[in-house]
Amino acid sequence: MTFKIGTHEFASRLIVGTGKYPSMEIMQAAHDASGASMITVAIRRINLDDRSGKTMLDFIDRKRYAILPNTAGCYTAKEAVLTAQLARELLETDLIKLEVIGDSRTLYPDTRETIAAAEELVKDGFTVLPYIADDPTACKHLEEVGCAAVMPLAAPIGSGLGVCNPYSIRIIKELATVPVIVDAGVGTASDAAIAMELGVDALLMNTGIAAAADPVAMATAMRHAVIAGRLAFEAGRMERRLYASASSPIQNLIAAPKT
Amino acid sequence: MSAGVITAIVNGEARELADGTTVAQVLEALQLPASGVAVAKNDRVVRRVALASERVENGDRIEIIKAVAGG
Repeated sequence: MTFKIGTHEFASRLIVGTGKYPSMEIMQAAHDASGASMITVAIRRINLDDRSGKTMLDFIDRKRYAILPNTAGCYTAKEAVLTAQLARELLETDLIKLEVIGDSRTLYPDTRETIAAAEELVKDGFTVLPYIADDPTACKHLEEVGCAAVMPLAAPIGSGLGVCNPYSIRIIKELATVPVIVDAGVGTASDAAIAMELGVDALLMNTGIAAAADPVAMATAMRHAVIAGRLAFEAGRMERRLYASASSPIQNLIAAPKT
Repeated sequence: MSAGVITAIVNGEARELADGTTVAQVLEALQLPASGVAVAKNDRVVRRVALASERVENGDRIEIIKAVAGG
Protein backbone atom coordinates (compact mmCIF):
# COMPACT_ATOMS: atom_id res chain seq x y z
CA MET A 1 0.00 0.00 0.00
CA THR A 2 3.00 2.37 0.02
CA PHE A 3 3.28 5.11 -2.54
CA LYS A 4 6.15 7.24 -3.77
CA ILE A 5 6.64 10.91 -4.52
CA GLY A 6 9.95 11.37 -6.30
CA THR A 7 12.42 9.46 -4.15
CA HIS A 8 10.27 9.68 -1.00
CA GLU A 9 8.19 6.66 0.03
CA PHE A 10 5.17 6.78 2.32
CA ALA A 11 3.24 4.07 4.14
CA SER A 12 0.01 6.06 4.31
CA ARG A 13 -1.89 7.69 1.46
CA LEU A 14 -3.25 10.32 3.83
CA ILE A 15 -1.39 13.61 4.39
CA VAL A 16 -2.69 15.83 7.17
CA GLY A 17 -2.25 19.44 8.24
CA THR A 18 -1.56 21.28 11.48
CA GLY A 19 -3.94 24.23 11.09
CA LYS A 20 -7.13 25.14 12.99
CA TYR A 21 -6.96 22.50 15.75
CA PRO A 22 -8.58 23.38 19.10
CA SER A 23 -5.31 22.51 20.90
CA MET A 24 -1.87 21.03 20.29
CA GLU A 25 -2.83 17.92 22.31
CA ILE A 26 -5.89 17.28 20.12
CA MET A 27 -3.78 17.87 17.02
CA GLN A 28 -1.18 15.34 18.10
CA ALA A 29 -3.87 12.76 18.96
CA ALA A 30 -5.53 13.37 15.58
CA HIS A 31 -2.22 12.95 13.75
CA ASP A 32 -1.73 9.65 15.55
CA ALA A 33 -5.29 8.48 14.78
CA SER A 34 -4.99 9.45 11.10
CA GLY A 35 -2.12 7.05 10.51
CA ALA A 36 -0.56 9.70 8.27
CA SER A 37 3.12 9.50 7.32
CA MET A 38 3.43 13.14 6.33
CA ILE A 39 2.29 16.38 7.96
CA THR A 40 2.08 19.87 6.49
CA VAL A 41 3.24 23.08 8.15
CA ALA A 42 3.21 26.73 7.07
CA ILE A 43 6.12 29.15 7.16
CA ARG A 44 5.74 32.58 8.73
CA ARG A 45 7.77 35.47 10.11
CA ILE A 46 8.62 35.11 13.76
CA ASN A 47 6.92 37.54 16.08
CA LEU A 48 9.94 39.31 17.56
CA ASP A 49 8.12 39.95 20.83
CA ASP A 50 7.25 36.28 21.31
CA ARG A 51 9.69 34.81 23.82
CA SER A 52 7.93 31.43 24.19
CA GLY A 53 10.45 29.92 21.79
CA LYS A 54 7.94 27.25 20.71
CA THR A 55 7.35 26.47 17.07
CA MET A 56 5.15 23.90 15.36
CA LEU A 57 8.20 21.63 15.17
CA ASP A 58 7.99 21.10 18.93
CA PHE A 59 4.70 19.27 18.36
CA ILE A 60 5.71 16.92 15.53
CA ASP A 61 7.76 13.77 16.02
CA ARG A 62 10.10 13.98 13.07
CA LYS A 63 11.23 10.39 13.46
CA ARG A 64 7.67 9.30 12.77
CA TYR A 65 6.42 11.89 10.30
CA ALA A 66 7.86 13.50 7.20
CA ILE A 67 7.23 17.23 7.12
CA LEU A 68 5.76 18.91 4.07
CA PRO A 69 6.18 22.69 4.35
CA ASN A 70 3.82 24.82 2.29
CA THR A 71 4.00 28.23 0.65
CA ALA A 72 0.46 29.13 1.74
CA GLY A 73 -0.21 32.84 1.78
CA CYS A 74 2.03 33.57 -1.21
CA TYR A 75 0.51 35.47 -4.12
CA THR A 76 3.53 35.60 -6.44
CA ALA A 77 6.06 33.09 -7.73
CA LYS A 78 8.85 35.20 -6.21
CA GLU A 79 7.36 35.02 -2.69
CA ALA A 80 6.69 31.31 -3.05
CA VAL A 81 10.25 30.53 -4.18
CA LEU A 82 11.82 32.42 -1.24
CA THR A 83 9.38 30.79 1.20
CA ALA A 84 10.27 27.35 -0.18
CA GLN A 85 13.99 28.05 0.10
CA LEU A 86 13.57 29.22 3.71
CA ALA A 87 11.51 26.12 4.48
CA ARG A 88 14.25 23.90 3.05
CA GLU A 89 16.87 25.63 5.18
CA LEU A 90 14.70 25.32 8.29
CA LEU A 91 13.48 21.75 7.83
CA GLU A 92 16.25 20.16 5.77
CA THR A 93 13.78 18.71 3.30
CA ASP A 94 13.49 19.08 -0.47
CA LEU A 95 9.73 18.50 -0.27
CA ILE A 96 7.56 21.55 -0.84
CA LYS A 97 3.82 21.98 -1.17
CA LEU A 98 3.71 24.83 -3.65
CA GLU A 99 0.71 27.07 -3.14
CA VAL A 100 0.40 30.37 -4.99
CA ILE A 101 -2.97 31.92 -4.36
CA GLY A 102 -4.74 34.04 -6.95
CA ASP A 103 -7.67 35.30 -4.96
CA SER A 104 -8.21 35.68 -1.20
CA ARG A 105 -11.92 34.82 -1.19
CA THR A 106 -11.86 31.61 -3.21
CA LEU A 107 -8.23 30.74 -2.43
CA TYR A 108 -8.06 29.47 -5.98
CA PRO A 109 -4.48 29.05 -7.19
CA ASP A 110 -2.85 31.45 -9.62
CA THR A 111 -1.99 28.96 -12.34
CA ARG A 112 0.53 31.15 -14.16
CA GLU A 113 2.48 32.02 -11.00
CA THR A 114 2.27 28.41 -9.75
CA ILE A 115 3.81 27.05 -12.96
CA ALA A 116 6.52 29.76 -12.95
CA ALA A 117 7.42 29.00 -9.32
CA ALA A 118 7.33 25.24 -9.94
CA GLU A 119 9.78 25.54 -12.81
CA GLU A 120 12.22 27.55 -10.70
CA LEU A 121 11.93 25.27 -7.68
CA VAL A 122 12.46 22.10 -9.75
CA LYS A 123 15.64 23.66 -11.20
CA ASP A 124 16.71 24.43 -7.64
CA GLY A 125 16.41 20.74 -6.70
CA PHE A 126 13.06 20.70 -4.89
CA THR A 127 10.54 17.86 -4.94
CA VAL A 128 7.57 20.03 -5.87
CA LEU A 129 3.96 19.16 -4.99
CA PRO A 130 1.81 21.95 -6.44
CA TYR A 131 -1.71 22.77 -5.27
CA ILE A 132 -3.67 23.51 -8.43
CA ALA A 133 -7.20 23.76 -9.80
CA ASP A 134 -8.90 20.58 -11.04
CA ASP A 135 -7.65 21.48 -14.50
CA PRO A 136 -6.04 18.69 -16.56
CA THR A 137 -4.10 21.15 -18.74
CA ALA A 138 -2.62 23.00 -15.77
CA CYS A 139 -1.65 19.64 -14.24
CA LYS A 140 0.01 18.62 -17.52
CA HIS A 141 2.04 21.85 -17.59
CA LEU A 142 3.16 21.29 -13.99
CA GLU A 143 4.23 17.79 -14.84
CA GLU A 144 6.14 19.07 -17.88
CA VAL A 145 8.18 21.49 -15.76
CA GLY A 146 9.19 18.59 -13.52
CA CYS A 147 6.80 18.50 -10.56
CA ALA A 148 6.99 15.21 -8.64
CA ALA A 149 3.20 15.12 -8.16
CA VAL A 150 0.16 17.26 -8.92
CA MET A 151 -2.40 18.22 -6.28
CA PRO A 152 -5.74 19.24 -7.76
CA LEU A 153 -8.35 20.58 -5.35
CA ALA A 154 -11.55 18.64 -4.68
CA ALA A 155 -13.29 21.88 -3.66
CA PRO A 156 -12.14 25.27 -2.33
CA ILE A 157 -9.73 25.14 0.64
CA GLY A 158 -11.58 24.74 3.93
CA SER A 159 -14.99 24.46 2.21
CA GLY A 160 -15.73 20.81 3.06
CA LEU A 161 -17.79 20.51 -0.12
CA GLY A 162 -16.25 17.20 -1.19
CA VAL A 163 -15.22 16.22 -4.73
CA CYS A 164 -17.10 18.81 -6.82
CA ASN A 165 -15.89 17.59 -10.19
CA PRO A 166 -15.05 13.88 -10.08
CA TYR A 167 -14.81 13.75 -13.88
CA SER A 168 -11.97 16.29 -13.97
CA ILE A 169 -10.12 14.43 -11.22
CA ARG A 170 -10.50 11.18 -13.18
CA ILE A 171 -9.18 12.81 -16.35
CA ILE A 172 -6.24 14.32 -14.45
CA LYS A 173 -5.41 10.87 -13.04
CA GLU A 174 -5.70 9.22 -16.46
CA LEU A 175 -3.38 11.75 -18.12
CA ALA A 176 -0.82 12.11 -15.33
CA THR A 177 2.38 10.08 -15.16
CA VAL A 178 3.22 11.47 -11.70
CA PRO A 179 1.20 10.80 -8.53
CA VAL A 180 -2.08 12.71 -8.19
CA ILE A 181 -2.92 13.91 -4.69
CA VAL A 182 -6.33 15.45 -4.08
CA ASP A 183 -5.71 18.50 -1.92
CA ALA A 184 -8.40 20.57 -0.24
CA GLY A 185 -12.17 20.43 0.04
CA VAL A 186 -12.74 17.06 1.72
CA GLY A 187 -15.37 17.45 4.45
CA THR A 188 -16.11 13.96 5.73
CA ALA A 189 -15.17 10.31 5.33
CA SER A 190 -17.38 9.63 2.30
CA ASP A 191 -15.71 12.53 0.44
CA ALA A 192 -12.33 10.94 1.12
CA ALA A 193 -13.51 7.52 -0.04
CA ILE A 194 -15.01 9.01 -3.22
CA ALA A 195 -11.74 10.78 -4.01
CA MET A 196 -9.71 7.61 -3.48
CA GLU A 197 -12.18 5.51 -5.50
CA LEU A 198 -11.39 7.75 -8.48
CA GLY A 199 -7.92 6.20 -8.40
CA VAL A 200 -5.87 9.13 -7.11
CA ASP A 201 -2.72 8.21 -5.26
CA ALA A 202 -3.23 10.12 -2.03
CA LEU A 203 -5.24 12.74 -0.21
CA LEU A 204 -4.17 15.88 1.66
CA MET A 205 -6.58 17.37 4.16
CA ASN A 206 -6.58 19.76 7.10
CA THR A 207 -9.91 21.42 7.93
CA GLY A 208 -11.93 18.24 7.33
CA ILE A 209 -10.28 16.77 10.41
CA ALA A 210 -9.36 19.87 12.45
CA ALA A 211 -12.79 21.51 12.23
CA ALA A 212 -14.79 18.35 13.04
CA ALA A 213 -16.59 18.40 16.39
CA ASP A 214 -14.27 15.55 17.44
CA PRO A 215 -11.08 15.83 15.37
CA VAL A 216 -9.55 12.62 16.74
CA ALA A 217 -12.63 10.56 15.82
CA MET A 218 -12.73 12.19 12.38
CA ALA A 219 -9.04 11.45 11.86
CA THR A 220 -9.80 7.79 12.55
CA ALA A 221 -12.70 7.93 10.09
CA MET A 222 -10.50 9.53 7.43
CA ARG A 223 -7.81 6.90 7.92
CA HIS A 224 -10.35 4.14 7.26
CA ALA A 225 -12.00 6.04 4.40
CA VAL A 226 -8.71 6.49 2.56
CA ILE A 227 -7.86 2.82 2.97
CA ALA A 228 -11.39 1.72 1.99
CA GLY A 229 -11.48 4.04 -1.02
CA ARG A 230 -8.11 2.81 -2.25
CA LEU A 231 -9.07 -0.85 -1.79
CA ALA A 232 -12.36 -0.27 -3.62
CA PHE A 233 -10.49 1.36 -6.50
CA GLU A 234 -8.06 -1.55 -6.69
CA ALA A 235 -10.92 -4.05 -6.42
CA GLY A 236 -12.68 -2.48 -9.41
CA ARG A 237 -16.28 -1.55 -8.81
CA MET A 238 -19.24 -3.24 -10.57
CA GLU A 239 -20.90 -1.48 -13.45
CA ARG A 240 -23.82 0.73 -12.66
CA ARG A 241 -27.21 -0.54 -13.93
CA LEU A 242 -30.43 1.31 -14.35
CA TYR A 243 -32.62 -1.69 -13.42
CA ALA A 244 -32.43 -4.29 -10.68
CA SER A 245 -30.59 -7.57 -11.04
CA ALA A 246 -31.68 -10.22 -8.53
CA SER A 247 -29.00 -11.62 -6.23
CA SER A 248 -31.06 -14.77 -5.42
CA PRO A 249 -31.98 -17.45 -7.99
CA ILE A 250 -35.03 -16.67 -10.07
CA GLN A 251 -35.69 -20.38 -10.88
CA ASN A 252 -37.33 -23.06 -8.71
CA LEU A 253 -39.48 -20.62 -6.85
CA ILE A 254 -42.00 -22.12 -4.46
CA ALA A 255 -45.41 -22.11 -6.09
CA ALA A 256 -48.42 -20.98 -4.14
CA PRO A 257 -51.94 -21.10 -5.57
CA LYS A 258 -53.12 -17.82 -7.00
CA THR A 259 -55.98 -16.42 -5.01
CA MET B 1 22.66 57.59 12.67
CA SER B 2 25.46 57.79 15.19
CA ALA B 3 28.89 56.40 14.44
CA GLY B 4 29.11 52.61 14.56
CA VAL B 5 25.35 52.12 14.43
CA ILE B 6 23.41 50.85 11.44
CA THR B 7 19.71 50.38 10.81
CA ALA B 8 18.32 47.11 9.43
CA ILE B 9 14.73 46.08 8.81
CA VAL B 10 14.08 42.90 10.80
CA ASN B 11 10.73 41.25 10.02
CA GLY B 12 9.43 44.61 8.86
CA GLU B 13 10.63 46.57 11.92
CA ALA B 14 13.52 49.04 11.83
CA ARG B 15 16.21 47.98 14.33
CA GLU B 16 19.41 49.74 15.30
CA LEU B 17 22.39 47.44 15.38
CA ALA B 18 26.08 47.86 16.04
CA ASP B 19 28.10 48.12 12.86
CA GLY B 20 29.58 44.73 12.07
CA THR B 21 26.78 42.73 13.68
CA THR B 22 26.38 39.24 12.23
CA VAL B 23 23.08 37.49 11.55
CA ALA B 24 23.88 35.03 14.34
CA GLN B 25 24.26 37.97 16.75
CA VAL B 26 20.88 39.33 15.66
CA LEU B 27 19.29 35.96 16.53
CA GLU B 28 21.15 35.88 19.83
CA ALA B 29 19.96 39.37 20.77
CA LEU B 30 16.39 38.30 20.03
CA GLN B 31 16.91 35.14 22.12
CA LEU B 32 16.04 32.96 19.14
CA PRO B 33 17.59 29.49 18.92
CA ALA B 34 19.11 29.08 15.46
CA SER B 35 17.69 25.55 15.20
CA GLY B 36 14.04 26.62 15.11
CA VAL B 37 14.38 29.41 12.58
CA ALA B 38 15.66 30.22 9.11
CA VAL B 39 16.86 33.59 7.88
CA ALA B 40 16.81 35.50 4.60
CA LYS B 41 18.80 38.65 3.96
CA ASN B 42 17.58 40.83 1.11
CA ASP B 43 15.49 37.97 -0.31
CA ARG B 44 18.29 35.40 -0.21
CA VAL B 45 18.50 32.55 2.27
CA VAL B 46 21.41 32.78 4.70
CA ARG B 47 22.62 29.21 5.06
CA ARG B 48 22.80 27.93 8.61
CA VAL B 49 26.57 27.46 8.36
CA ALA B 50 26.96 31.11 7.28
CA LEU B 51 24.90 32.71 10.09
CA ALA B 52 27.95 33.50 12.21
CA SER B 53 29.94 35.04 9.36
CA GLU B 54 27.20 36.90 7.47
CA ARG B 55 27.33 40.60 8.41
CA VAL B 56 24.31 42.87 8.45
CA GLU B 57 24.80 46.07 6.45
CA ASN B 58 22.94 49.33 6.80
CA GLY B 59 19.51 49.08 5.11
CA ASP B 60 19.49 45.27 4.89
CA ARG B 61 16.14 43.54 5.08
CA ILE B 62 16.25 40.51 7.37
CA GLU B 63 13.45 37.95 7.48
CA ILE B 64 13.41 35.42 10.32
CA ILE B 65 10.87 32.63 9.89
CA LYS B 66 9.61 29.57 11.70
CA ALA B 67 7.17 26.71 11.12
CA VAL B 68 3.58 27.43 12.15
CA ALA B 69 0.21 25.69 11.86
CA GLY B 70 -1.01 25.21 8.32
CA GLY B 71 -2.51 22.82 5.81
